[in-house]
Amino acid sequence: MSALNIRDSSTFPSRRVEAWKYSDLRRWLREAPEVSSAVAVSGDGPWAGLGGDQLAFGNGAAAGADAFVGSGEQVLRLRFVSETSGTGHTAAARISARPGARLLLLESHEGAGSGYVAHNRLEIDVAPGAEVTRLVLVEEPEDAISVTEAEVRLGEGARYAQTIAATGAKLQRLETRIVHPGQGADVRMDGVYALSGARHVDLTSVVDHQGPDGRTSQLAKGVVRDTARGVFQGKIVVQRGADGTDARMGHHALILGERAEIDAKPELIIYADDVQCAHGNTVGNLDESALFYMQQRGLPADEARALLTQAFLFEVIDRIDHEGARERVREWLGDRL
Amino acid sequence: MLKINNLHVSVGDKPILKGLTLDVPAGEVHAVMGPNGAGKSTLGYALTGRPGYEATQGEAAWNGADLLALDPAERAAKGVFLSFQYPIEIPGVPALTFVRTALNAQKRARGEEEVSAPAFLKLVRAASQKLRMDFDMLKRPLNVGFSGGEKKRMEILQMALLEPSLLILDETDSGLDIDALRIVADGVNALRSPERAMVVITHYQRLLDYIRPDRVHVLAGGRIVASGGPELAHELEAEGYDKYLPQAA
Repeated sequence: MSALNIRDSSTFPSRRVEAWKYSDLRRWLREAPEVSSAVAVSGDGPWAGLGGDQLAFGNGAAAGADAFVGSGEQVLRLRFVSETSGTGHTAAARISARPGARLLLLESHEGAGSGYVAHNRLEIDVAPGAEVTRLVLVEEPEDAISVTEAEVRLGEGARYAQTIAATGAKLQRLETRIVHPGQGADVRMDGVYALSGARHVDLTSVVDHQGPDGRTSQLAKGVVRDTARGVFQGKIVVQRGADGTDARMGHHALILGERAEIDAKPELIIYADDVQCAHGNTVGNLDESALFYMQQRGLPADEARALLTQAFLFEVIDRIDHEGARERVREWLGDRL
Repeated sequence: MLKINNLHVSVGDKPILKGLTLDVPAGEVHAVMGPNGAGKSTLGYALTGRPGYEATQGEAAWNGADLLALDPAERAAKGVFLSFQYPIEIPGVPALTFVRTALNAQKRARGEEEVSAPAFLKLVRAASQKLRMDFDMLKRPLNVGFSGGEKKRMEILQMALLEPSLLILDETDSGLDIDALRIVADGVNALRSPERAMVVITHYQRLLDYIRPDRVHVLAGGRIVASGGPELAHELEAEGYDKYLPQAA
């Protein structure tokens, strides 16, 4: 399968491609869409108030630079803005953090208009000893299609922490591939989704442990209502020689609609000895006894459900170290439940 | 006044309460004692509206309000409180947040003004001191990782803050050592007042040494089969429930 190119329909994967089994792009997109015109990016986006520099794309076109090099302590707002109807565009950004840098990457996918196709490609290089925290807020129209692919390369002793919060679209896929060198490097790979209507989200990730003594901790949680569909595909590979790897993966979802669906595929592929690996996956409903307990204390049923759902999802958000950004994600997600 | 008349309650297809009649006037504490499986917990759940506990016949009213017509939160707003035998853990919701949300939900339902965060904190500090609870514990998710005794204190703390008028205590002494039992009982006794009624559900007489009942009722086979003064509890302790059990066919 050649790389996805939205100008070439022969590259559109169907469900017959294993990695796209639950997100059949070809079902929704048969022909290459007309190319979107560039738009200006206005305002400060959902991360306004947290300061920093900005790298922005309007319908795929960079408003200024398309690359950023971080050194020292920095904040970067990376904004992918789509504002069009029925057309398609591709954005490509390169982010790197120099040795010892601490970069807070605040990414947003802001969609207006309808029926567009957005394809975003992101390359992130984290130098030895550098630290990048990538936080992603994704909000798009229910009939949009978007695919975001991030390639992350880590140096020895680097730290990379990621949290994606998404509300889905007609098909919305956020894919992250990490080359993990081990050698004390540390990865946190989290995601949270809240879907209603017929929305679809796909959180796909591959973390490839290539050297010894690396850590990966992954926690994804979601809630689906109505006929929405949540897809989680998490793959952690531990290559031969990557001894001492510590990798944990968890995906937990609540199905709150009788016709909603969750497809989860957690995979641990281990070629090394002496590793600590674990994964867990659960799909269920809100705890009835907890709901009754809360109502007995006076919370109306709707409020009890909302509080339990929020608490369930906020476990993921609470793993964000940066206090200001964490509060912003809590508020953003709380408003969308 | 709590008035329960000929109450029948089924769980699934199984009838558990079979014509239970009980009056508890405001200002009084009544103990409901009985063997395992008699329907003691079912009585608490039926009065508070737990889904799956279906009243098929009879009435239950508190201060004239038909409880069976109300949902659980509406009953709570009318002052009905059940102290759970096994309090539920609520991951992700700090105890303080939970109780304030519950208190304000009740106040809203009654058309009263909500309590501000600072005023609430002041109330909690005072109430938690009386129950000798560590205030920091209340910042943790409700009941998660709490010991059995801590969970029971948490129930009594909620009772003190929500100020219910009908208090139903389901096996409140289970899991408590003697010191914790004394603290919990003191907390309950502090809530005794002429406007409040209490139903103390218990298997053992022990709790009634600390929370002295005005009346004692025996619940067996889904009905109240005997009633008397506090001495009845001692009699049950000495003689057991055998004579109240339905005869084997």
